[in-house]
Amino acid sequence: MKLPIYMDYQATTPCDPRVVEAMLPYFTDSFGNAASRNHRYGWEAEEAVEKARERIAALIGANPKEIVFTSGSTESINLALKGAAQMYAEKGKHIVTCQSEHKAVLDVAKHLEQQGFEVTYLQPDKTGRVTAEAVAAALRPDTILVALMWANNEVGTLNPVREIGALCHAQGVLFFTDATQAAGKVPVDVEADHVDMLCLSGHKLYGPKGVGILYVRRKNPRVRLVAQMDGGGHERGMRSGTLNVPSIVGLGRACELARLELPEESARTAALRDHLERRIFGELDFVYLNGNREHRLPNNLNVSFAYVEGESLIMGFSDVAVSSGSACTSASLEPSHVLRAMAVGEDLAHSSIRFGIGRSTTREEVDFAATQVIGAVKRLRELSPLYEMALEGIDPKTVNWQAHH
Amino acid sequence: MAYSKKVIDHYQNPRNVGSLDKSAPTVGTGVVGAPECGDVMKLQIQVEGDRIVDAKFKTFGCGSAIASSSLATEWIKGKTLDEALAIQNTQIVEELSLPPVKIHCSVLAEDAIKAAVHDYKSKQAGEAKA
Repeated sequence: MKLPIYMDYQATTPCDPRVVEAMLPYFTDSFGNAASRNHRYGWEAEEAVEKARERIAALIGANPKEIVFTSGSTESINLALKGAAQMYAEKGKHIVTCQSEHKAVLDVAKHLEQQGFEVTYLQPDKTGRVTAEAVAAALRPDTILVALMWANNEVGTLNPVREIGALCHAQGVLFFTDATQAAGKVPVDVEADHVDMLCLSGHKLYGPKGVGILYVRRKNPRVRLVAQMDGGGHERGMRSGTLNVPSIVGLGRACELARLELPEESARTAALRDHLERRIFGELDFVYLNGNREHRLPNNLNVSFAYVEGESLIMGFSDVAVSSGSACTSASLEPSHVLRAMAVGEDLAHSSIRFGIGRSTTREEVDFAATQVIGAVKRLRELSPLYEMALEGIDPKTVNWQAHH
Repeated sequence: MAYSKKVIDHYQNPRNVGSLDKSAPTVGTGVVGAPECGDVMKLQIQVEGDRIVDAKFKTFGCGSAIASSSLATEWIKGKTLDEALAIQNTQIVEELSLPPVKIHCSVLAEDAIKAAVHDYKSKQAGEAKA
């Protein structure tokens, strides 16, 4: 067992060796520019790119022509939201999204607000889910776009994408979904799910960093976007810039592997996740699941350990690499905006840990991690004045605290 | 985030963890911070004459908060009340090499000392009146 054990697969994943192997020839031997039409070097590169495009399209049920290569999900989100808003501004200026979206979506939405667009930020339910009914209630005659993630990056909650997509299509509103966490973990089918635009990133599914795609629907409806970068008119004019051939090849291979192994991997990671969850909930009191027990990613577990602060907890099991929703782990001193939107309570947000299970996670590692975290929680609770109060029957929530900052 | 060796030492081997009888007239208790801010410190002192003969703490907070309060109990043991009140957060920052984002942990520790001394003094004043 290699220490520290990596259990932060929602942050990033390693490249699968099979992905690296597929990429290598495109750094040296087949280094051509995919836009070079006059020689074999260019043709080779173009062929590799088109093969990758097919593999990526197959993972999400799209036509290869609907795949636009980008540098990753953040760029895809910028292109989708700004590009659609600018293209359809005459039709309307209202956009619907959610408070628990990734900052990449929220910050673009804020930018669009400054440009004169109106944005409705739906509040998710306590499990982090947005219902189609809530979306329906927010739609207006001037709504042009709904942007809701497929799976949440912190708590793993899955939105009812198919219902939301059907609603948007029935209402003639474009539907964008950020599938960065979902792609390769749960089945995605842009046709059956009525998705108009979708993004994913290579490094979340065992591909390289710095490459991703935006799926842009070509018919029923045909989505048009205003390009966000001027240049050579690559990628159907939507994203200029010489294609990053090795990374695109890697992303293609990663998507192919994800598609082929999804049923098995999803079941395997879910079993490990459930084992971790059972141990934590079986051996500790005052622990709370953040997210939705039914609708969630198979490889994510987000737990609040009440009366223990997240950063000190992570310090306590430094042989396991995980993330916390605690303010102290960020420079902002603000706890997770996702847990906040879910009304989890700031005290519990400070006590949250996100565990991610990945392709190389073993049962032995999960047991090691469980033992470490349970031990650290018990030790820190010995130090915790809040746990002492809780054991005395005083709910710290009922105390009138003199807040400091 | 990288912690200083001293922070890690206090975190791994916290000094003076525990609780004193908060109803005892010779014990002063200070509780500062708030759970929603991510840190709560409880610091208690046992006083004989005007000297702190024992100190205990419990802290909910990050590693720096735990280290700051652990260090505070270490420093005030054996000191007079006035000497304890003279301890400043900047001394804690220096001793533990806290980065700017963790300065509030040291402020909280200073406040906890002051709150405990204040609690003890008001208990004594109450006793004197009674």
